[in-house]
Amino acid sequence: MTDNESVDVIVVGGGPAGSCAAIVAARAGLSVVLLERGPFPGSKNMYGGVVYPRILDELIPNWWDEAPIQRWVTRRSTMVLTDTQALTVDFRTQAWGKAPYNGATAYRPDFDNWLARYAVAAGAQLLTSTTVIGLLRDASGAVIGVNTDRPDGKLRARVVIAADGVNSFLAKEAGLYKHTDAKHFTLGVKETLALPKEVIDERFGVRGREGVDIEIVGCTGGVNGGGFVYTNLDTVAVGVVLKTSKLAAQSLRPEQIIATLKTHPAIAALIEGGETKEYSAHLIPEAGLTMMPKMTTDGMLVAGDAAALCLAAGIWLEGVNFAMASGMYAGEAAIEAVKAGDVSAQGLAGYQHRLSETFVLKDHRKLRRAPELVLSDRVQHLYPQMVANVVERMFRVDNPQPKPGMRRILREERKRAGVRRRDLVRDALTGFRSYG
Amino acid sequence: MTDSNFIETMDSAEFRVHPDAHIVVDGAICADCTTRECVVACPANLFVPTADGGVVFNYEQCFECGTCYLVCTQAGAITWNYPMGGFGVVFHRT
Repeated sequence: MTDNESVDVIVVGGGPAGSCAAIVAARAGLSVVLLERGPFPGSKNMYGGVVYPRILDELIPNWWDEAPIQRWVTRRSTMVLTDTQALTVDFRTQAWGKAPYNGATAYRPDFDNWLARYAVAAGAQLLTSTTVIGLLRDASGAVIGVNTDRPDGKLRARVVIAADGVNSFLAKEAGLYKHTDAKHFTLGVKETLALPKEVIDERFGVRGREGVDIEIVGCTGGVNGGGFVYTNLDTVAVGVVLKTSKLAAQSLRPEQIIATLKTHPAIAALIEGGETKEYSAHLIPEAGLTMMPKMTTDGMLVAGDAAALCLAAGIWLEGVNFAMASGMYAGEAAIEAVKAGDVSAQGLAGYQHRLSETFVLKDHRKLRRAPELVLSDRVQHLYPQMVANVVERMFRVDNPQPKPGMRRILREERKRAGVRRRDLVRDALTGFRSYG
Repeated sequence: MTDSNFIETMDSAEFRVHPDAHIVVDGAICADCTTRECVVACPANLFVPTADGGVVFNYEQCFECGTCYLVCTQAGAITWNYPMGGFGVVFHRT
């Protein structure tokens, strides 16, 4: 690689978005360089646990035979916690334990590294341990390459695909983000705890490669966010997602919030004796459409977390699938632009079109109000207690008292939790419009 | 969680430490900061208040997450870059 060398496409970032972009572009015969700042793809990446890989059907047929999966999620629970109560909605289906499957747990360093190998097999040149430190632009401002920390640093390309993650300094440098607001991000922290496979199978009620994903609300010590517990083959992951702007206000550190979650009676029994194998942290672009950048500029596209394509909608928490899809579409748009000889924003417009016409932006448009609702103070701090109390009174046998009616319980517990009726109705409507 | 437990927890992650710090904190600016968001929010607990009213930052066990510069309210206090290629945190089981 020399100063003058130019390729068709540079993909910055060897995560799911970058690798899918590189696979698509390289398979079409374009010259592709895939840059990864870690020692191997996936080495900088962590997440909250479940990947939904169906979007890979068209790239890697029978991906499920090849992918480094820990467990197939056949049991999905949503848990509402208060300090002393837990209400769980628990669903399981054997259908998700066989092809084509639904969600899977995986270690991202394994999964991302696996996916990047398909890019290399398609002819992309993977350069690891290479940090991009800025964009190369021509006099008109069009992106014409990147500057790296390699000795022969500059690399030119007709199209740059910025899949450089949640902090995307490239998208910011290109002026695609209007501003960066801490309120739009959450911080995910997680412990991976080692336990024998048999113990995990027994505690979580699964067999073989079946796995469990538990999403939790109301366990984050007054900091808006949520928690999760999920099973790998011989480890259990436990973590929390926290609104960064609320941490300082509560004077609670992330590891303290995980520690409290781990001692909750509903969680402690699941992870008892687990030895911490790895602690990790990552930012999540949580605000959906509200925070999304312009996706295209002259000579450059933005994909994955770099484009804030992460769906944080409470009952749906997805990111890797949005990254893979946006990477694929960025690759396709780059092919069109290179072949047509027009890599301006207009020549790359096929990208925005594909995002708009598929689940990538359709899901985000439909659920545009969900992230704010899920992280709102009422959903976070008032409803968990109210709901848990309602259920506790429903199932409590208070003889010789007769059973109270449900309406009375609901009314009394709503008042006790300090929830105004009109707020409850309004939130229910917002939820119904989003999820309905 | 006690401090010694958290030190053990942090040691569970691999860090390939470059001799030069990728993030530089200007403690003089931090001396005027009363809210100190970074001290609470950094998931690796790398921002430590000093006796003379400043803040020191230890870059060695940084997750490169970006939380500190996001929550920081003091312009110019944190100069944030990724580590040189191949250095910094290396995840394996997450």
